[in-house]
Amino acid sequence: MSQSLRTTFDREFAQIQESLLQMGSMVDQAIALSLESLQNRDRALARQVIDDDEGINALRFKIENACLALIATQQPAASDLRAVVAVITIVINLERMADHAAGIAKTVILMGDEPLLKPLIDIPRMVRLAQEMLGEVLQAFVEHDADTAQAIADRDDEMDHLYQAIFEELLEIMAEKPNNVTRATYLLWCAHNLERIGDRVTNIAERVIFVSTGDMRELNV
Amino acid sequence: MVSKVQSTKMIIQELDFYYGSVRALSSISIGILERQVTALIGPSGCGKTTFLRCLNRMNDTIPNTRLEGKVYLDGEDIYHSSVDVVDLRQRIGMVFQEPNPFPQSVFDNVAFGPRVLGLTREREELDAIVERSLQRAALWKEVKDHLNTDAMELSLGEQQRLCIARVLAVEPEVILMDEPTSALDPIATMQIEELMRNLSKRYTIVVVTHNMQQAARVSDKTGLFWLGELVEFDDTAMIFTRPKEQRTEAYITGRVG
Repeated sequence: MSQSLRTTFDREFAQIQESLLQMGSMVDQAIALSLESLQNRDRALARQVIDDDEGINALRFKIENACLALIATQQPAASDLRAVVAVITIVINLERMADHAAGIAKTVILMGDEPLLKPLIDIPRMVRLAQEMLGEVLQAFVEHDADTAQAIADRDDEMDHLYQAIFEELLEIMAEKPNNVTRATYLLWCAHNLERIGDRVTNIAERVIFVSTGDMRELNV
Repeated sequence: MVSKVQSTKMIIQELDFYYGSVRALSSISIGILERQVTALIGPSGCGKTTFLRCLNRMNDTIPNTRLEGKVYLDGEDIYHSSVDVVDLRQRIGMVFQEPNPFPQSVFDNVAFGPRVLGLTREREELDAIVERSLQRAALWKEVKDHLNTDAMELSLGEQQRLCIARVLAVEPEVILMDEPTSALDPIATMQIEELMRNLSKRYTIVVVTHNMQQAARVSDKTGLFWLGELVEFDDTAMIFTRPKEQRTEAYITGRVG
């Protein structure tokens, strides 16, 4: 068993990875709270989600900066290099996911006191799926698990199907009663934000495969 | 790299150095922080080795040289007439580019300093000093069963670690290293770099290197020398990601000359 002569790199990358998981946790919470604000029509909670986005943005820059310094000072090679570069793209995707959660929160505020057009069934399903996919893909990154990453990317089809179902349902509702268009559009925006979150997770899965195998592949087909 | 609150071990103020009438160093002012690795980089002939040798008065041995300005160790002027140079070089040890063990056994190499300085008369204590020094130099495992081996039979990387152990045996506070891995293969280099990082938990290290990637890997602070001037001095991560000076940017990115 060979000893690592790169303990400085190992230690500093471990810290970066720790921060990455922390950011993932913050994004997960943003997604969960955005749904809660929608379900409970809680504008105060929605505003909190929007405010908390600042902290997520700040963490993204902090991690990016740490990766930059690590590349400059430790000159990682091979899978170490791929991993550090992957972290940079992953935090960009995580930051965009948080923006989408904030987008849902902004919609909640726009909705005001108007009652929901229909009970929420598929949207909470999309949220649960997004949270599962996010948690699993970050774990797959830590473990350099390309197979799990591929499986997560495949699950994005589920997300797309749920979105498609909501889209068709809302179209029908809008066609039946045109004065439902505004409320239906709000729900469509929420669903669209969640669908985009799924795409972002797939981007992260691509990076996991890249780190593990060196293979650069588009999974969002 | 985390910037901890550290005290300053050595302060250099407005240092000029002359070889005859040629000024090799101009107005160098720098603070060396305690228990950190400070790297000095720059092109050949920029004065970094000359500067390093000012820190333990090794340049005193060169005729027709002159130093102006001040060098302080723990607030005391090391060029003051009352300073014992031998004592100074015990406190500020040096490791050179070419490993230079004595043609003696491993044990005698490390024991030489303590013996000459009379640090101990007890054989047991001497054994303990030798073992501790070799442990701290990450060489103990390789030599513990062969302490009587001639030092010249060790590999170059081991010889360099032996030289480091020799310095450690007299309990220095500062260790100066002049291109310590230039003569070594990549693995031996990595071992010395790892060792430097570990040593900095206990000792203040100043390393001159023409390998700037090495400076980036091992140091907390980096100073760029250029034609006898200290152009920039900052946290290593800053020097290598966002240098402030044009000359630093040019040197780091290899767009020089």
